[in-house]
Amino acid sequence: MEEKQEKMALLDVQKLRVSFDMYERGLQKKELEVLHELSLRVYPGEILAVAGASGSGKSILAHAVMGILPGNARTEGEIRYRGELLDRKRQESIRGKEIAFIPQSVEYLDPLMRVDRQVMGIRGAKEKQETAFARYHLGKEVERMYPFQLSGGMARRVLISTAVMEEARLIVADEPTPGLNAEMAMETLQNFRELADEGCGVLLITHDIDLAFQAADRIAVFYAGTIVEIASVADFLAGKEALRHPYSKAFIDALPQNDFKPIEGFQPYAGNLPKGCLFAPRCPMRSGECEKEIAMRKIRDGEVRCVHAT
Amino acid sequence: MQLEAKKISFRYQKNSPWILKDVDLTVQAGERVALLGPSGYGKSTLAKILAGYENPVKGEVFWDGAPLPKKGFCPVQMIGQHPEKAVNPRWKMARIVNEGWQADEQTLRELGIEKAWMNRWPSELSGGELQRFCIARALGPKTKFLICDEISTMLDVITQAQIWQKVLAAAQKGGLGLLVVTHNKALAARVCERIIELPKLNRPS
Amino acid sequence: MDRKTARFNTRTRVMVYIVLAFVYLAGVLLWGLLMDPEAYAVDYRVKFLPPGAGHLFGTDFMGRDMLFRCVKGLSTSIVIGVIASAVSSVIALAAGVAAAVVGGKLDSFVNWCVDLCMGMPHLVLLVLISFMLGRGMKGVMFGVALTHWPELTRIVRAEVLQIRAQPYVQAAYRLGKTRMQVAREHILPHVLPVYLIGVILLFPHAIMHEASITFLGFGLSAEEPAIGVILSESMKHIATGKWWLALFPGILLLAAIMLFDVIGENLKRLLNPGSGHE
Repeated sequence: MEEKQEKMALLDVQKLRVSFDMYERGLQKKELEVLHELSLRVYPGEILAVAGASGSGKSILAHAVMGILPGNARTEGEIRYRGELLDRKRQESIRGKEIAFIPQSVEYLDPLMRVDRQVMGIRGAKEKQETAFARYHLGKEVERMYPFQLSGGMARRVLISTAVMEEARLIVADEPTPGLNAEMAMETLQNFRELADEGCGVLLITHDIDLAFQAADRIAVFYAGTIVEIASVADFLAGKEALRHPYSKAFIDALPQNDFKPIEGFQPYAGNLPKGCLFAPRCPMRSGECEKEIAMRKIRDGEVRCVHAT
Repeated sequence: MQLEAKKISFRYQKNSPWILKDVDLTVQAGERVALLGPSGYGKSTLAKILAGYENPVKGEVFWDGAPLPKKGFCPVQMIGQHPEKAVNPRWKMARIVNEGWQADEQTLRELGIEKAWMNRWPSELSGGELQRFCIARALGPKTKFLICDEISTMLDVITQAQIWQKVLAAAQKGGLGLLVVTHNKALAARVCERIIELPKLNRPS
Repeated sequence: MDRKTARFNTRTRVMVYIVLAFVYLAGVLLWGLLMDPEAYAVDYRVKFLPPGAGHLFGTDFMGRDMLFRCVKGLSTSIVIGVIASAVSSVIALAAGVAAAVVGGKLDSFVNWCVDLCMGMPHLVLLVLISFMLGRGMKGVMFGVALTHWPELTRIVRAEVLQIRAQPYVQAAYRLGKTRMQVAREHILPHVLPVYLIGVILLFPHAIMHEASITFLGFGLSAEEPAIGVILSESMKHIATGKWWLALFPGILLLAAIMLFDVIGENLKRLLNPGSGHE
């Protein structure tokens, strides 16, 4: 861990806020903040999983890093790639080259273009594409197919080969496994592991905590639009005592393989957030301090956003 | 009373490979059974056929000895993986939950549905909140059997545990049969008395 | 977080466009319908006057006032456009919904008809139908109405097919709803906005085609004040420098068409969830 701190982070997201302009009834416009002061770092050689409920805004994080948010989105905070500020221009120039995106859905493939052409992209070379396909067990015949002819697993492997083609250093994968059977999912994760071992950083966004346990080095716990704790997988597997944030602890208790005991309450809705700590209304440890701004702080080799954490 | 599938076979088109082939399955009312299997083995397709969403190419589904009714409120109700797709985005929640029956206060309270939610649009609620509505909608007085197709897969684990507590309580109270379709072995072991592995039941090729 | 942003946002702007376009079109329509024919009566004393104080748009070879004639003509065009689009859209709605709901042979037949009509140039079919029915108001109306349904039919059919596969529609059947109830409560409200946009975008086509076949001489007769007639007459005099005979009616026609387009395109942007919040 010490060593890791010295290495420069590949991706460094600091206090990222993303909000959307939405129309309410009629002509009134309203701003809705969906990511709040989110901070995380991805180091070379590691897989960082961001785990949280579907629809809670995890994909927005991926889209913000890639610079593909829709037109009504506004961002604040900093995203740095290898120490350099990642602004829109920079994003456009390295997107698809140094930073590869593996989207949630196969719909990101162009339905009217043969697969090999898409994987090669504008600059790619045929040999590289062939090597990538061989690596992911995609036969010769796949090259000539159109996306609709691919099975879910094949499509997923095509998306991954697009990422390795360009020898990306950072891979952002948004829910890469749904729709794959167990073997395929394991294989996909294995691919990420190999890429990480070769020195890539992988930001793996998933709703499946079991998957994160299997694949990741560290897990960032996503709650109501922010990250409340980042800790090593070992801490999660060791049980709730090893964790720091009361939400992560509650989370461990609720797993079906553990107690299957939920805490009360709901994740707050983006338009209706409590002041200060977002988890406070459901927290057994809450106190007056929880209503202030809570910063991310380091405890025992992990990071946590809670004043009571030890 | 029991839900019975006899020699169910299914494929989308003639000449395409079989997804389900001669699947037999019987679940008693009041029983809790898990249908376990990795994705791509036809779990969801079987669930849809059992709930009458899809017609089998061969075979038939029986409820209480008679073929599953095609019209009217179906005694076998299904809850799916994506609650946000299972509600009309143009309707408010109160209208959605009352589509099949007038959901009573007690049911809503027991599912943890707050009064304020009734006046909202689906886009203003989270997946876990919407899923509660989908469950309430399916829990009419005529409902005898509930098929839960990966209903907590897309939720966070705390919401998952919350939802299952509610479903199990409701099933217990109404004496409902439960077929739980999932890929999660730990979850299946938690909520069900009997586990069926679909790959053993269904050998299409 | 609850901050209300600037008042003049896209949605407001779109509403302003729509209101403006509507006022213009409704104004022309009413003005034309209520106009005294004396306003564009023949008066040989004042023929070929260039635009000026007495006659804003000038006069033609029979001394008719071009402003009043144009407005009357455009008003007629709008009437034809509205009726033809209405008929077209009813055909489209019925055929599209039936094809999607019934499916099978009916679906194939509707698709075949759509392909047949779309495979032929609009104008040729229009001319044929209008000519067969003896031209004039009736010919034009039938011609335009019977040639503008295929595209909308395709859109309606696709929408219905898409909505029918939605889990919430399937769930409605299992919750005891009948086909009619599902169609009324789920399918129609979903299809309606797309359909309305389609209808609005049909108007400019219909008006343009009415003007075109009239211009070519297969439509309204020469006595009627129609934009197509006006434009075709103006062709005879344009070489002699009577520019106002073509310019003003042209601009009026173009404005009407573009305004309908503005309404349709903007509504589309508002109702499309992808861009609706920008």
